[in-house]
Amino acid sequence: MAQSLFEKIWASHVVVPETDDTPAVLYVDLHLLHEVTTPQAFDLLRAKNLPVRRTDLCLATLDHSTPTVPVTTLRDLEVVSEPSAAKQVRQMERNCKDFGIELRGFQSRDRGIVHVMGPELGATHPGGTIVCGDSHTSTHGAFGALAFGIGTTEVGHVLATQCLLQRKPKTLAIDIDGQLPADVTAKDLILRIIGTIGVGGGTGHVLEYRGTAIRGLSMEQRMTVCNMSIEAGARAGMVAPDDTTYQYMAGRPLAPQGAQWDAAVKRWRSLPSDPGAQFDKTVHIDVSKLRPMVTFGTNPGMVMPIDGTVPDERDPAFRKALAYMQIEAGKPLLGKAVDVVFIGSCTNGRLSDIRQAAGILKGRHVAARVRLLVVPGSAEVKRQAEAEGLDEIVRAAGGEWREPGCSMCIGMNGDTVPSGKLSVSTSNRNFEGRQGSGARTVLASPLTAAAAAIAGAIADPRELMG
Amino acid sequence: MEPIRQIRSRTVVLANDDIDTDQIIPARFLTTTTKEGLGKNLFADWRYEKDGRERPEFALNRPENRGAAVLIGGNNFGCGSSREHAPWALLDFGIRAVVSTEIADIFRSNSLKNGLVPVIVDAASHRWLVENPGAHVFIDLASATLEMNDKRVPFPIDRFSRYCLMNGIDQLGFLLDQDAAIRRYEQAHA
Repeated sequence: MAQSLFEKIWASHVVVPETDDTPAVLYVDLHLLHEVTTPQAFDLLRAKNLPVRRTDLCLATLDHSTPTVPVTTLRDLEVVSEPSAAKQVRQMERNCKDFGIELRGFQSRDRGIVHVMGPELGATHPGGTIVCGDSHTSTHGAFGALAFGIGTTEVGHVLATQCLLQRKPKTLAIDIDGQLPADVTAKDLILRIIGTIGVGGGTGHVLEYRGTAIRGLSMEQRMTVCNMSIEAGARAGMVAPDDTTYQYMAGRPLAPQGAQWDAAVKRWRSLPSDPGAQFDKTVHIDVSKLRPMVTFGTNPGMVMPIDGTVPDERDPAFRKALAYMQIEAGKPLLGKAVDVVFIGSCTNGRLSDIRQAAGILKGRHVAARVRLLVVPGSAEVKRQAEAEGLDEIVRAAGGEWREPGCSMCIGMNGDTVPSGKLSVSTSNRNFEGRQGSGARTVLASPLTAAAAAIAGAIADPRELMG
Repeated sequence: MEPIRQIRSRTVVLANDDIDTDQIIPARFLTTTTKEGLGKNLFADWRYEKDGRERPEFALNRPENRGAAVLIGGNNFGCGSSREHAPWALLDFGIRAVVSTEIADIFRSNSLKNGLVPVIVDAASHRWLVENPGAHVFIDLASATLEMNDKRVPFPIDRFSRYCLMNGIDQLGFLLDQDAAIRRYEQAHA
């Protein structure tokens, strides 16, 4: 029978099949770990006197509560971090040491946001199962992996058994037709998708993004799309692997090498959904006329074209969101004053994102009273950007160039948007207070964010592109 | 984990749709390394003024809602981040079940592993619950029903998760018992 990409991966990872009474036991190929969602899981192992079953399948780093000012020693950390955040980082170092897991920590050349670092190292493989105590694990689906976020109890399950108990989710095909206009980005595309299917539209489903527009995307762009699958409520989002995938992966340190590489690629070529594979639902979206997208409310489904007007609904939650955002229905967003611009995160903290932002910033200066923070997604992104002089462009424009980390996306590491201030952010969530208590967030692409920094207001990046 | 078979309580209503886990427990409280004590920061930005005083109009702060163990949420409750701190905070506060028309996947999975019962009901029953805050409800896991307004409403719950909840069983024990199958899988895929 014709199988979808998801079904093929699911079937090849079932250790014990599901029954009416019990869920499937599913094997996990790669377990990503960070400091915020793991301490209680390691404590569980200690309490039960259990070892980590497969330390070789763990990839651990520091990103969420980790500062983005230079820190090379734990002593530095005490100086710059809240005591609880510093303690959490120290606890992660101890847990990894005690359980024999290699930690890509402050001394590592590899450290970065877990979803930037994994693909960059070549650890993310097509056809694999990848989990992490982080909902944006869906990012790795860009490689044709089944990748999803789990809770801390399940982190403990995977540490102890390398397996998870799972019920098979449903599938939703998202066919993206047409060619994305050249001045519109993958971020605009995924915001449009979430706006179309809604923040609960993917609940219970694994998404597969297909169609001409998806095939034309680079790996970094595909990661941006898959990253925000969770913002549509989906467990995972996937793109079938193709030559773009293999070209990106070839030669990366944790990708297969030599004869093993050839064998792997041959295997991966059988992964794409078979013709006639059945999906529980299918959605079609044409993006040939897509414009840059921005959010206006307090969830990622409240989204509009940048040159449009804010819609109106009578629903109390909708009104509450606009009141929180201090945004008026029926008015344009263009020209609305901005206080903070954040460029970074697992959604848009990769080299191509920083290049795009730098293209707008180059030879220009950030508007008075606007704070611009540019945070590379990993140490490798930082090195590459610096080799291209992008850090100099950011600094010359009046922006701050930081060390890698989650930074202002989550506001638990010292980088926050002050209460009441309006932020244009390339991150993934515009929830109330996400970037700091009382902070107001407009989600946008790196191009739109850079344009806002220059204009000091919500601005159409297409007007600044040569 | 204590076995959970029945919950009898008044309800407290937070009817907004799409209540995300950043509202349930803001990220700045996640720099903890334990599960305990998160209840005081549950819904922190909705519950407290900037100076730390309780906002009297917020549902969880109203005197008539103190002690209510069943939270009626809006559609798509618990969306967003995978933080298990969300069910930990609700449980620590005293909430033992969340009722909605839809509950986000990861939050639902996390809840089931900690003894917070996720109850999904039809839109009409949900509307009645939203319009009747403080209603007395009775959740029975054996029959997977919610009793309200003199009727019994069935709700879906995975049989395995229900068995674990009703018997206070930690799911990790079941997984550890699969060791032979896991070893066979690893040998076949080495």
